[in-house]
Amino acid sequence: MKIMTCPINGPRLISEFAYWGECKTMPEPADCTDAQWADYVFNKSGAPGVKHEWWCHTPSNTWFIAVRDTMSDVIEKTFLYGQQ
Amino acid sequence: MPWRLLKFAMSDRHPEPRMFTPHGQLKSSYDVVIIGAGGHGLASAYYLARDHGITNVAVIEQGYIGGGNTGRNTTIIRSNYLTPEGVKFYDESVRLWQDLATDFDLNLFYSTRGHFTLAHTDASMRTMRWRAEVNKHYGIDSELVYPDFIQKAVPSMDMSCAGHAPILGALYHAPGAIARHDAVAWGYGRGADMRGVEIHQQTRVLDILTQSGRVTGVRTSRGDIACGKVLCAVAGSTPRILKMLGLRSPIYIHPLQAMVSEPMKQWLDPILVSGSLHVYISQTARGELVMGASLDPYELHSTRSTLDFTESLSAHMVEMLPQLSQAKVVRQWAGMADMTPDFAPIMGKTPIEGFYLDAGWGTWGFKATPVSGKTMSYTVANDRAHPLIEGFAFDRFERYALTGEKGAASVGH
Repeated sequence: MKIMTCPINGPRLISEFAYWGECKTMPEPADCTDAQWADYVFNKSGAPGVKHEWWCHTPSNTWFIAVRDTMSDVIEKTFLYGQQ
Repeated sequence: MPWRLLKFAMSDRHPEPRMFTPHGQLKSSYDVVIIGAGGHGLASAYYLARDHGITNVAVIEQGYIGGGNTGRNTTIIRSNYLTPEGVKFYDESVRLWQDLATDFDLNLFYSTRGHFTLAHTDASMRTMRWRAEVNKHYGIDSELVYPDFIQKAVPSMDMSCAGHAPILGALYHAPGAIARHDAVAWGYGRGADMRGVEIHQQTRVLDILTQSGRVTGVRTSRGDIACGKVLCAVAGSTPRILKMLGLRSPIYIHPLQAMVSEPMKQWLDPILVSGSLHVYISQTARGELVMGASLDPYELHSTRSTLDFTESLSAHMVEMLPQLSQAKVVRQWAGMADMTPDFAPIMGKTPIEGFYLDAGWGTWGFKATPVSGKTMSYTVANDRAHPLIEGFAFDRFERYALTGEKGAASVGH
């Protein structure tokens, strides 16, 4: 099975992790238009490439960011938020 | 030995009618370019030619006909959906499926088997009852059934699912059917080809050319084509095409895996789907068991398959059908599912004039092959969305007007 490195617990089986989607910057809800908010909520980058993604190591509830190539599935690095 | 057969054996020339017209170079222009020679793209080409008299069409395919998701699905055809828009749309598809083999003069192995969506919890039973009522309201044959009915249809099923998830009932949909997926692409393709549509395989689309917000042509790996209308029907490759036009969409790509067993004596008549075990199974005319489960859990633009999938699907399948513990898995594969937030497709016009989209088919596209072709050909010919697809508009997310089919479209979410 594929191995992913949790920043706290080290290399673990991929079945221990939950994928939570690409990192997105939230627009200011008070200032943005409905269309901008819909774009933030629904739209994705879509095409393959190296992306920053939220992942969670579920047994330890460790949330972290993974930089992964979504075409080759190569995980370039993983780190806790704020510690890149 | 018959004389004709002997003469055939002795001859050194065996001309055989080709199914598709081989084409050399691309022309410099076409009225319509369809990207993707899968079921949907070829069905659109077929109806454009047959019903709308539009034959100056090129279908551009990066690989081979039906090599994408059309060749990778688990071939289930049904119309037991949840929303009025979905139900009307998929019902029209089932109607079209009935006469397709006759239209094509090609055996599609279309077989009405009956389809069970098994419910293992009270919440599931409520959803099944809701779906049955919506279906009945629109004249579709679906009903809630109970364990005795299910056990009679599948005597070897362990109704307690190894004691973990006892079956409380099911949504039974009598029109549920299976078909030979490749044959559908070939049938639509041949029908389009016979009417003058050009199918160009091994040809990649590199860019879509526009001017002042409208389509002017397509750049391919074998030359540029001028055209006023482009229909994009490429499933898992959709985001890459949309990127060429700078169009943002909610589509996200995850692999969807499937596997097939060795052929065995016919024992499974209906199609079985379990919402709690996240598995589905049917038996083909060749005796193979075609099995699938839920979507891969993370984004990946690849058709790789995994041992984890086979193991997990087998474990759940054996809970339901214990006699399969000795069956051999012969082959596994995957497709790239183009998922949407509401589990309904994205069909029709887009902000780019002349660019029409048939996408967001996720794990629910095969059954819609005929109706997608019918409605998209209408949409392209008239530059106006067919009434049946208005609920699947590209801009519905911006308007917060989603068509919620998650309860009826997939398993394991």
